[in-house]
Amino acid sequence: MSIWKYANPKRFIEATTRVLPWLVALTALALAVGLVWGFFFTPDDFRQGSTVKIIYLHVPAAMMAINAWIMMLATSLIWIVRRHHVSALAAKAAAPIGLAFTLVALATGALWGQPMWGTWWAWDPRLTSFLILALFYLGYITLWSAVEDPDTAADLTAILCLVGSVFALLSRYAVNLWNQGLHQEASLSLDAEKNVADVFWLPLLVCIAGFVLLFVTLVLVRTQTEIRARRLQALLARERVA
Amino acid sequence: MGPGMRALLLRDLRLAVRSGGGFGLGLAFFLILSVLVPLGVGADGVVLGRIAPGILWVGALLACLLSLDRIFALDHEDGSLDLLAISPVPLEGVVAVKALAHWLVTGLPLTLMAPGLGVLLNLGPSAYGWLVVSLLLGTPTLSLVGAFGAALTVGVRRGGLLLSLLVLPLYIPTLIFGAEVVRRGAEGMALATPLALLAAISLGAAALLPFASAAALRVNLR
Repeated sequence: MSIWKYANPKRFIEATTRVLPWLVALTALALAVGLVWGFFFTPDDFRQGSTVKIIYLHVPAAMMAINAWIMMLATSLIWIVRRHHVSALAAKAAAPIGLAFTLVALATGALWGQPMWGTWWAWDPRLTSFLILALFYLGYITLWSAVEDPDTAADLTAILCLVGSVFALLSRYAVNLWNQGLHQEASLSLDAEKNVADVFWLPLLVCIAGFVLLFVTLVLVRTQTEIRARRLQALLARERVA
Repeated sequence: MGPGMRALLLRDLRLAVRSGGGFGLGLAFFLILSVLVPLGVGADGVVLGRIAPGILWVGALLACLLSLDRIFALDHEDGSLDLLAISPVPLEGVVAVKALAHWLVTGLPLTLMAPGLGVLLNLGPSAYGWLVVSLLLGTPTLSLVGAFGAALTVGVRRGGLLLSLLVLPLYIPTLIFGAEVVRRGAEGMALATPLALLAAISLGAAALLPFASAAALRVNLR
């Protein structure tokens, strides 16, 4: 028993089909509990009022926007080293989800920033980093769709993901040097003293768990779709030859 | 540099400066931008002086972008890239030489031209030296990253737009550090940090990116 047996597309589809209903149920439960708890059963912040509740969408989406890229980096590395097609397809499947999370984080951030900072957009380091991250996702997705041969596309996008990760990290530091921001310091760390108060923190944790589950569910469904699409193409090609 | 690499460098330089090589395109673009910006922004010297470092760096970056797709596309079309791939010169060396050739015909002339355009944009007198130094240190990255993007998109027909989309986010750190050096130079502030980072990115890119570019080329030539 090793994890690599799921590199076989057939086994991967079998296993994930068995897991998916549970994942969907868990995702729905976590998101429902987290969002309802956050929106209706937490007090208003004494300065921000009820706008503070955007945090339950904004923070998890922002976390998953970065985590999706890290997952793509890991699966790209696995593809380069071990040549498992499922791994490359999982990276391909994760990219649009990561882009969606990035856009959700930017949009909810704009909606939150307008009443709090008085502006929809500022060249704050974190805002800028997320805009750059969106550009990286766009380039990655476009490269996948521009190259016809699937293996070539997988190789090229994997190389882009590796190089892009280095430059994304560089951009993060560059942007920090370039402009001081409006965002507060990290306030969800496990060890820091100045954290968000517990009343907000617990439902936020549930929401984060819900977003992680949502991401995993969507990646599995989309990877299955990619595998089936690849299979369909192979069948069609075989029929054309016959 | 072995004889093969020297021959390749001379060939690329000759191709670039002869007619149809597109050598002057980036320089003309840089000049046009620096003339148009004051016309659009207004002749206020204070405003122009404040935005000059950013305009000059953005202009150099975009001028560089114009000629990127020529690095490999023409060689790919007429088959000479396949010959280069089986030549005794390693493909990594081919990429490095081609990036060097691109820098010699775009980055270097842009750097030499920039102080003259700084006059048009009312750049602060203390910034001219730093403008040249920052462009000298930063433009090699533009060519190396550009060669990487060109290697990724060499198999894509009409890949110019895709190339720009892939390369632009990779240019951001260089742009930020480069413009920051000139801005701090103009204001007489300490600029060792962005300058060191700018040089570090160039050295890192020169050391590592040819390998990534060569890997992408090998995939595209499969």
